[in-house]
Amino acid sequence: MADIIAIQDLVKDFQLGEVPVHVLKGVTFRIERGEFVAIMGPSGSGKSTLMNILGCLDTPTSGSYSLDGISVGALESDELAEIRSKKIGFVFQQFNLLARTSATENVELPLMYTDTPARVRRERALKALQAVGLSGREDHQPSQLSGGQQQRVAIARSLVNDPTIILADEPTGALDSRIGLEIMAIFQRLNRDGITLVVVTHDPDIASYATRLLHFKDGRLQKDERIAHPRDAQQEVDQLAAEPAEAVAPS
Amino acid sequence: MKNLTTSVRIALRALKVNRTRSALTMLGIIIGVAAVIAMVGVGAGATERIQEQIQSIGSNLIIVLPGSISSNGVRLGSGGVATLTQDDAVALAAECPSVALAAPTVRGGVQVVYGNNNWATVAQGVTPDYMTLRDYTMLSGQFFTTQDVDAAAKSAVLGETVARNLFGDSSPTGQVVVIKNVPFTVAGVLTPKGQSPTGQDQDDVILLPISTATQKVLGANKANAKAVGSVMVQAISPQAMDLAIQETEALLRERHRILPGLEDDFTIRNLTEVFAAQETSAQVMAVLLGAIASVSLVVGGIGIMNIMLVSVTERTREIGLRLAVGAKRQNILSQFLVEAVTLSVVGGIIGIVVGVTASVVISRLAQWSTDISVLSVVASFLFSALVGVFFGYYPARKAALLNPIGALRYE
Repeated sequence: MADIIAIQDLVKDFQLGEVPVHVLKGVTFRIERGEFVAIMGPSGSGKSTLMNILGCLDTPTSGSYSLDGISVGALESDELAEIRSKKIGFVFQQFNLLARTSATENVELPLMYTDTPARVRRERALKALQAVGLSGREDHQPSQLSGGQQQRVAIARSLVNDPTIILADEPTGALDSRIGLEIMAIFQRLNRDGITLVVVTHDPDIASYATRLLHFKDGRLQKDERIAHPRDAQQEVDQLAAEPAEAVAPS
Repeated sequence: MKNLTTSVRIALRALKVNRTRSALTMLGIIIGVAAVIAMVGVGAGATERIQEQIQSIGSNLIIVLPGSISSNGVRLGSGGVATLTQDDAVALAAECPSVALAAPTVRGGVQVVYGNNNWATVAQGVTPDYMTLRDYTMLSGQFFTTQDVDAAAKSAVLGETVARNLFGDSSPTGQVVVIKNVPFTVAGVLTPKGQSPTGQDQDDVILLPISTATQKVLGANKANAKAVGSVMVQAISPQAMDLAIQETEALLRERHRILPGLEDDFTIRNLTEVFAAQETSAQVMAVLLGAIASVSLVVGGIGIMNIMLVSVTERTREIGLRLAVGAKRQNILSQFLVEAVTLSVVGGIIGIVVGVTASVVISRLAQWSTDISVLSVVASFLFSALVGVFFGYYPARKAALLNPIGALRYE
């Protein structure tokens, strides 16, 4: 079957003191291989909680979640770690790179927790860095890289374990719109190469590059719309570069 | 095993990233280990010095003193009666299998004169065996021979203190000194032995042939011309000491015709035993020094725990990230544990180097002998590793139990 994510009647409650807070109130949807999904909603809509459950960092109160055919709901913390290690790549708003550590070593990090030999780790890290256009910056540390470059290192890190799905939580939230556009261009390119992507954002502009939008409000899925012709981020980047006022030094 | 090598690799990377902090944390352990090694070294050195002093008396020595008889109910002290003779000494050496040498000695205070100088010292009448028995060597000249003793030659061997006081810097050998109006030719000077364990100057002495000493200088005992003040007996080995004492006692009782049940007319003393107590007290001091130094190792361990706790808090996001990209709790636990153990083990190794260096410097500068024992090196190293595990476990556990979602958002 082509479903990578199948969620059925997902409920998540948090106990805040005496009162239980219902964050997700019965959510059902499926995501197929090769989709580029944007999860949208105002803060408090439960999209971050959903993201944590999708990323196997948290478990649902009830309902079922199967990832790539594996029912995740009942797994122990070590088994969840195993799934995160093999099937999921994370991209965070704050990049979360290790300071004073080279780009290559940052990208290698997920492989450190697998049986990959050192030579293969390095090869795959270099390949991932190349995929996000950071060849030549392998030995740079995060402090020597711009925000956009740091986020590209983070994307390379999410790619390196060859995951089933990449989850990005507000990936452009800490970047200006121009750099954010470049990041979306990378995501679109990865998606065209067959990678399934889920991006959580509150920014409709960012969401407009996805092929499918899931709108959340008050812990419920409000709207599920497919976009036949999403905007092309790369094209917009090229147009911006062509404008003389913001001419960028040719590379 | 696979997990462990991964943890070691990750931990080493993390330590390398925080170089200054790692070095400062290690400093606590370095000082602790170095202190243990240096202090134990100083203590062991002191013990060794006391052993050397004991050796300077001569090894495996038994001293036999005459006297201690009762005469009409009045008991006289040791040496009160001239009951021990040169013949006894000869018989002891010849007949007792556990006795290597027996040297008879007479002694008395004399005034030694050379030119305008004079010096009060102790004259000892001895045989050449005395030199062997007391481990004397010659600084210059020769010791007098058995022939000299037989011929009652007027030959003298000076202790270094006597030589210095009479002759200053000039060479005494071949010169003539006068003792009680008798001229003696100086045959040689003894290599200095320094203080005895009881603080006496062992070099303030003049040695004469026993025959000359009794006949010409100290005066023979009227009751027995061959009577001696003491006989020094050397056992063939440290293990044979007790046997040598038994044999000496049996032979002397037989020679002195003492019936069973009556008291000995001589006293036997084991010289080595007297100073063993001093050695014990030095060893106690060494243990105490080591114990105090160990406290600093524990303090160093607490330093590691402190830094590891700070490190866990500061690296909360890193831990969250590691958990998110697939690290198991076990991986996080072992990463932080390995970091702590690496700090303590590397600190331990550096501490050994510093401790050994400090010991050498102390012995050079302070003129204290130090003795670095392999045991103290190995023990302090193992102890420091143990400190790392013990004080590293709590912070590591704290890190491993972090909730990844909260940790990733931690500011």
